[in-house]
Amino acid sequence: MADIATHDTDHATDHGHHSSTGLSNNKLAMWLFLGSECLLFGGLISTYMLYRGRVQNGPHPSQIYDIPFTSVSSFVLLMSSLTMVLAVSSAQRKDDTKTNLWLLITALLGATFIGGQVYEFTTFYREGLGFTTSLFGSSFYSLTGFHGVHVSLGVIMLLALMGIIKKGKIVGDKAEVVELIGLYWHFVDIVWIIIFTLVYLIPS
Amino acid sequence: MTTVTETHEDAHEHGMSDAGYIKIAIILALITGLEVSTYYVDFGPLFMPSLLTMMVVKFVMVVSYFMHLKFDSKIFSFLFYVGLGLALFVYITALATFKFFIA
Repeated sequence: MADIATHDTDHATDHGHHSSTGLSNNKLAMWLFLGSECLLFGGLISTYMLYRGRVQNGPHPSQIYDIPFTSVSSFVLLMSSLTMVLAVSSAQRKDDTKTNLWLLITALLGATFIGGQVYEFTTFYREGLGFTTSLFGSSFYSLTGFHGVHVSLGVIMLLALMGIIKKGKIVGDKAEVVELIGLYWHFVDIVWIIIFTLVYLIPS
Repeated sequence: MTTVTETHEDAHEHGMSDAGYIKIAIILALITGLEVSTYYVDFGPLFMPSLLTMMVVKFVMVVSYFMHLKFDSKIFSFLFYVGLGLALFVYITALATFKFFIA
Protein backbone atom coordinates (compact mmCIF):
# COMPACT_ATOMS: atom_id res chain seq x y z
CA MET A 1 0.00 0.00 0.00
CA ALA A 2 2.81 2.32 0.95
CA ASP A 3 4.48 1.70 -2.41
CA ILE A 4 1.28 2.41 -4.26
CA ALA A 5 0.77 5.62 -2.29
CA THR A 6 4.32 6.77 -3.04
CA HIS A 7 3.91 5.93 -6.72
CA ASP A 8 0.64 7.88 -6.84
CA THR A 9 2.24 10.91 -5.23
CA ASP A 10 5.20 10.80 -7.63
CA HIS A 11 2.87 10.51 -10.59
CA ALA A 12 0.73 13.39 -9.39
CA THR A 13 3.84 15.52 -9.09
CA ASP A 14 5.09 14.60 -12.55
CA HIS A 15 1.87 14.78 -14.51
CA GLY A 16 -0.63 16.79 -12.45
CA HIS A 17 -3.68 15.30 -10.72
CA HIS A 18 -5.88 12.97 -12.69
CA SER A 19 -9.52 12.02 -12.14
CA SER A 20 -10.88 8.46 -12.07
CA THR A 21 -11.41 8.76 -15.84
CA GLY A 22 -7.64 8.98 -16.31
CA LEU A 23 -8.01 12.57 -17.50
CA SER A 24 -6.33 15.58 -15.97
CA ASN A 25 -8.53 17.44 -13.47
CA ASN A 26 -6.89 20.70 -14.52
CA LYS A 27 -7.78 20.13 -18.15
CA LEU A 28 -11.34 19.12 -17.28
CA ALA A 29 -11.69 22.30 -15.22
CA MET A 30 -10.31 24.44 -18.06
CA TRP A 31 -12.75 22.98 -20.61
CA LEU A 32 -15.63 23.47 -18.17
CA PHE A 33 -14.53 27.08 -17.67
CA LEU A 34 -14.33 27.64 -21.45
CA GLY A 35 -17.81 26.13 -21.85
CA SER A 36 -19.12 28.64 -19.29
CA GLU A 37 -17.29 31.48 -21.07
CA CYS A 38 -19.41 30.68 -24.15
CA LEU A 39 -22.41 31.89 -22.14
CA LEU A 40 -20.67 35.14 -21.16
CA PHE A 41 -19.67 36.03 -24.72
CA GLY A 42 -22.98 34.70 -26.08
CA GLY A 43 -24.76 37.29 -23.92
CA LEU A 44 -22.50 40.12 -25.04
CA ILE A 45 -22.73 39.18 -28.74
CA SER A 46 -26.53 38.83 -28.56
CA THR A 47 -26.81 42.23 -26.88
CA TYR A 48 -24.69 43.79 -29.60
CA MET A 49 -26.77 42.13 -32.34
CA LEU A 50 -29.93 43.60 -30.78
CA TYR A 51 -28.57 47.11 -30.32
CA ARG A 52 -26.20 47.63 -33.24
CA GLY A 53 -28.88 49.41 -35.25
CA ARG A 54 -30.01 51.60 -32.33
CA VAL A 55 -28.17 54.83 -33.11
CA GLN A 56 -29.96 58.03 -32.11
CA ASN A 57 -26.81 60.05 -31.52
CA GLY A 58 -23.32 59.67 -32.86
CA PRO A 59 -21.92 57.70 -35.77
CA HIS A 60 -23.43 54.58 -37.33
CA PRO A 61 -21.33 51.37 -37.44
CA SER A 62 -20.76 51.62 -41.20
CA GLN A 63 -19.44 55.19 -40.77
CA ILE A 64 -16.65 54.31 -38.36
CA TYR A 65 -15.56 50.69 -38.92
CA ASP A 66 -12.17 50.42 -40.60
CA ILE A 67 -12.36 46.93 -42.14
CA PRO A 68 -8.81 46.81 -43.60
CA PHE A 69 -7.34 47.76 -40.19
CA THR A 70 -9.49 45.26 -38.27
CA SER A 71 -8.68 42.56 -40.85
CA VAL A 72 -4.97 42.97 -40.11
CA SER A 73 -5.68 42.80 -36.34
CA SER A 74 -7.72 39.63 -36.88
CA PHE A 75 -4.91 38.10 -38.92
CA VAL A 76 -2.41 38.93 -36.15
CA LEU A 77 -4.59 37.23 -33.51
CA LEU A 78 -5.15 34.23 -35.78
CA MET A 79 -1.42 33.80 -36.29
CA SER A 80 -0.89 34.03 -32.52
CA SER A 81 -2.93 30.82 -32.28
CA LEU A 82 -0.37 29.15 -34.56
CA THR A 83 2.57 30.34 -32.44
CA MET A 84 0.73 29.20 -29.29
CA VAL A 85 0.17 25.69 -30.62
CA LEU A 86 3.85 25.57 -31.64
CA ALA A 87 4.74 26.51 -28.04
CA VAL A 88 2.60 23.61 -26.77
CA SER A 89 4.24 21.29 -29.29
CA SER A 90 7.73 22.40 -28.15
CA ALA A 91 6.73 21.94 -24.49
CA GLN A 92 5.61 18.39 -25.24
CA ARG A 93 9.07 17.75 -26.74
CA LYS A 94 10.54 19.24 -23.52
CA ASP A 95 12.33 21.95 -25.51
CA ASP A 96 12.24 24.89 -23.06
CA THR A 97 14.12 27.31 -25.31
CA LYS A 98 11.68 26.95 -28.21
CA THR A 99 8.70 26.90 -25.83
CA ASN A 100 9.74 30.26 -24.38
CA LEU A 101 10.46 31.67 -27.84
CA TRP A 102 7.00 30.76 -29.17
CA LEU A 103 5.36 31.99 -25.95
CA LEU A 104 7.16 35.33 -26.34
CA ILE A 105 6.07 35.66 -29.98
CA THR A 106 2.49 34.79 -28.99
CA ALA A 107 2.55 37.44 -26.24
CA LEU A 108 3.94 40.03 -28.69
CA LEU A 109 1.24 39.23 -31.26
CA GLY A 110 -1.39 39.50 -28.50
CA ALA A 111 0.06 42.84 -27.39
CA THR A 112 -0.02 44.03 -31.03
CA PHE A 113 -3.70 43.11 -31.22
CA ILE A 114 -4.40 45.02 -27.99
CA GLY A 115 -2.44 48.01 -29.33
CA GLY A 116 -4.67 47.92 -32.41
CA GLN A 117 -7.77 47.82 -30.27
CA VAL A 118 -6.62 50.80 -28.19
CA TYR A 119 -5.96 52.71 -31.42
CA GLU A 120 -9.40 51.73 -32.76
CA PHE A 121 -11.19 52.78 -29.55
CA THR A 122 -9.32 56.10 -29.51
CA THR A 123 -10.21 56.78 -33.15
CA PHE A 124 -13.88 55.90 -32.58
CA TYR A 125 -14.01 58.17 -29.53
CA ARG A 126 -12.56 61.07 -31.52
CA GLU A 127 -15.15 60.44 -34.22
CA GLY A 128 -17.91 60.87 -31.63
CA LEU A 129 -18.64 57.34 -30.41
CA GLY A 130 -18.44 57.31 -26.62
CA PHE A 131 -19.57 54.51 -24.30
CA THR A 132 -22.87 56.29 -23.57
CA THR A 133 -23.40 57.94 -26.95
CA SER A 134 -25.84 55.29 -28.17
CA LEU A 135 -26.95 51.72 -27.48
CA PHE A 136 -24.72 50.68 -30.36
CA GLY A 137 -21.72 52.35 -28.68
CA SER A 138 -22.43 50.78 -25.27
CA SER A 139 -22.88 47.27 -26.66
CA PHE A 140 -19.90 47.59 -29.02
CA TYR A 141 -17.47 48.78 -26.32
CA SER A 142 -18.79 46.19 -23.83
CA LEU A 143 -18.32 43.29 -26.24
CA THR A 144 -14.95 44.23 -27.74
CA GLY A 145 -13.73 45.63 -24.38
CA PHE A 146 -14.48 42.35 -22.58
CA HIS A 147 -12.66 40.49 -25.33
CA GLY A 148 -9.72 42.89 -25.06
CA VAL A 149 -9.53 42.29 -21.30
CA HIS A 150 -9.41 38.53 -21.98
CA VAL A 151 -6.56 39.01 -24.48
CA SER A 152 -4.70 41.25 -22.00
CA LEU A 153 -5.07 38.62 -19.26
CA GLY A 154 -3.82 36.04 -21.74
CA VAL A 155 -0.71 38.13 -22.47
CA ILE A 156 -0.05 38.46 -18.72
CA MET A 157 -0.47 34.69 -18.29
CA LEU A 158 1.93 34.01 -21.18
CA LEU A 159 4.60 36.32 -19.76
CA ALA A 160 4.15 34.88 -16.26
CA LEU A 161 4.41 31.35 -17.68
CA MET A 162 7.68 32.25 -19.42
CA GLY A 163 9.09 33.52 -16.11
CA ILE A 164 7.96 30.40 -14.24
CA ILE A 165 9.46 28.10 -16.88
CA LYS A 166 12.78 30.00 -16.79
CA LYS A 167 12.94 29.69 -13.00
CA GLY A 168 11.96 26.01 -13.22
CA LYS A 169 9.17 26.49 -10.70
CA ILE A 170 6.41 24.60 -12.49
CA VAL A 171 4.90 21.92 -10.26
CA GLY A 172 3.70 18.89 -12.21
CA ASP A 173 3.55 18.43 -15.96
CA LYS A 174 5.07 21.46 -17.70
CA ALA A 175 3.59 20.58 -21.10
CA GLU A 176 0.12 20.40 -19.56
CA VAL A 177 0.47 23.84 -17.96
CA VAL A 178 1.49 25.31 -21.33
CA GLU A 179 -1.42 23.49 -22.97
CA LEU A 180 -3.91 24.90 -20.43
CA ILE A 181 -2.77 28.48 -21.11
CA GLY A 182 -2.91 27.57 -24.81
CA LEU A 183 -6.54 26.45 -24.51
CA TYR A 184 -7.46 29.81 -22.99
CA TRP A 185 -5.56 31.64 -25.74
CA HIS A 186 -7.22 29.68 -28.56
CA PHE A 187 -10.62 30.34 -26.97
CA VAL A 188 -9.94 34.08 -27.08
CA ASP A 189 -9.08 33.61 -30.77
CA ILE A 190 -12.29 31.72 -31.61
CA VAL A 191 -14.36 34.38 -29.88
CA TRP A 192 -12.70 36.97 -32.13
CA ILE A 193 -13.44 34.82 -35.20
CA ILE A 194 -17.14 35.22 -34.33
CA ILE A 195 -16.87 38.92 -33.41
CA PHE A 196 -14.99 39.75 -36.61
CA THR A 197 -17.74 38.23 -38.77
CA LEU A 198 -20.86 39.25 -36.83
CA VAL A 199 -19.74 42.70 -35.69
CA TYR A 200 -17.48 43.97 -38.46
CA LEU A 201 -18.25 42.12 -41.70
CA ILE A 202 -22.05 41.81 -41.51
CA PRO A 203 -23.56 45.28 -41.89
CA SER A 204 -26.36 46.33 -39.54
CA MET B 1 -1.94 3.71 -12.56
CA THR B 2 -0.88 2.09 -15.79
CA THR B 3 -4.09 3.28 -17.40
CA VAL B 4 -3.50 6.83 -16.19
CA THR B 5 0.08 6.87 -17.46
CA GLU B 6 -0.87 5.40 -20.82
CA THR B 7 -3.76 7.80 -21.28
CA HIS B 8 -1.57 10.77 -20.50
CA GLU B 9 1.27 9.67 -22.76
CA ASP B 10 -1.16 8.88 -25.55
CA ALA B 11 -2.40 12.48 -25.35
CA HIS B 12 1.15 13.68 -25.99
CA GLU B 13 1.53 11.38 -28.96
CA HIS B 14 -1.77 12.58 -30.45
CA GLY B 15 -2.14 15.88 -32.24
CA MET B 16 -0.26 16.96 -35.33
CA SER B 17 3.25 17.74 -36.45
CA ASP B 18 4.42 21.37 -36.55
CA ALA B 19 4.12 21.27 -40.36
CA GLY B 20 0.51 20.15 -39.96
CA TYR B 21 -0.24 23.12 -37.67
CA ILE B 22 1.33 25.49 -40.21
CA LYS B 23 -0.86 24.01 -42.97
CA ILE B 24 -3.96 24.57 -40.83
CA ALA B 25 -2.85 28.17 -40.17
CA ILE B 26 -2.40 28.77 -43.92
CA ILE B 27 -5.92 27.46 -44.58
CA LEU B 28 -7.28 29.71 -41.80
CA ALA B 29 -5.44 32.72 -43.28
CA LEU B 30 -6.87 31.96 -46.75
CA ILE B 31 -10.41 31.72 -45.33
CA THR B 32 -9.87 35.04 -43.51
CA GLY B 33 -8.79 36.56 -46.83
CA LEU B 34 -11.99 35.24 -48.43
CA GLU B 35 -14.04 36.68 -45.57
CA VAL B 36 -12.47 40.10 -46.03
CA SER B 37 -13.07 39.90 -49.79
CA THR B 38 -16.85 39.84 -49.11
CA TYR B 39 -16.46 43.46 -47.97
CA TYR B 40 -15.18 44.50 -51.41
CA VAL B 41 -16.87 42.03 -53.78
CA ASP B 42 -20.63 41.70 -54.09
CA PHE B 43 -21.56 38.09 -53.28
CA GLY B 44 -25.27 38.79 -53.77
CA PRO B 45 -27.59 36.39 -51.93
CA LEU B 46 -24.57 34.22 -51.03
CA PHE B 47 -23.09 37.00 -48.87
CA MET B 48 -24.59 36.01 -45.51
CA PRO B 49 -24.51 32.18 -45.91
CA SER B 50 -20.91 32.22 -47.17
CA LEU B 51 -19.72 34.48 -44.33
CA LEU B 52 -21.45 32.38 -41.66
CA THR B 53 -20.12 29.15 -43.19
CA MET B 54 -16.56 30.47 -43.27
CA MET B 55 -16.91 31.63 -39.64
CA VAL B 56 -18.08 28.16 -38.53
CA VAL B 57 -15.33 26.40 -40.54
CA LYS B 58 -12.63 28.59 -38.93
CA PHE B 59 -14.13 28.07 -35.47
CA VAL B 60 -14.27 24.28 -35.85
CA MET B 61 -10.74 24.11 -37.30
CA VAL B 62 -9.20 26.03 -34.39
CA VAL B 63 -11.15 24.03 -31.81
CA SER B 64 -10.45 20.67 -33.46
CA TYR B 65 -6.78 21.06 -34.40
CA PHE B 66 -5.22 23.87 -32.35
CA MET B 67 -7.19 23.01 -29.19
CA HIS B 68 -6.74 19.28 -29.90
CA LEU B 69 -10.41 18.39 -29.36
CA LYS B 70 -10.25 16.11 -32.40
CA PHE B 71 -7.50 14.07 -30.78
CA ASP B 72 -8.41 14.41 -27.08
CA SER B 73 -10.97 12.66 -24.89
CA LYS B 74 -14.62 13.02 -25.93
CA ILE B 75 -15.39 14.26 -22.39
CA PHE B 76 -13.60 17.54 -23.18
CA SER B 77 -15.62 17.91 -26.38
CA PHE B 78 -18.80 17.22 -24.40
CA LEU B 79 -18.01 19.88 -21.77
CA PHE B 80 -17.22 22.53 -24.37
CA TYR B 81 -19.93 21.82 -26.93
CA VAL B 82 -22.62 21.52 -24.23
CA GLY B 83 -21.66 25.00 -23.01
CA LEU B 84 -21.64 26.30 -26.57
CA GLY B 85 -24.95 24.59 -27.40
CA LEU B 86 -26.57 25.96 -24.23
CA ALA B 87 -25.34 29.47 -25.09
CA LEU B 88 -26.68 29.19 -28.65
CA PHE B 89 -30.07 27.90 -27.43
CA VAL B 90 -30.44 30.55 -24.70
CA TYR B 91 -29.44 33.50 -26.85
CA ILE B 92 -31.24 32.45 -30.04
CA THR B 93 -34.38 32.12 -27.90
CA ALA B 94 -33.70 35.51 -26.31
CA LEU B 95 -33.15 37.13 -29.71
CA ALA B 96 -36.33 35.50 -31.02
CA THR B 97 -38.37 37.02 -28.18
CA PHE B 98 -37.11 40.44 -29.32
CA LYS B 99 -38.22 39.56 -32.89
CA PHE B 100 -34.60 39.87 -34.04
CA PHE B 101 -35.05 37.39 -36.90
CA ILE B 102 -38.13 39.13 -38.32
CA ALA B 103 -37.15 41.64 -40.99
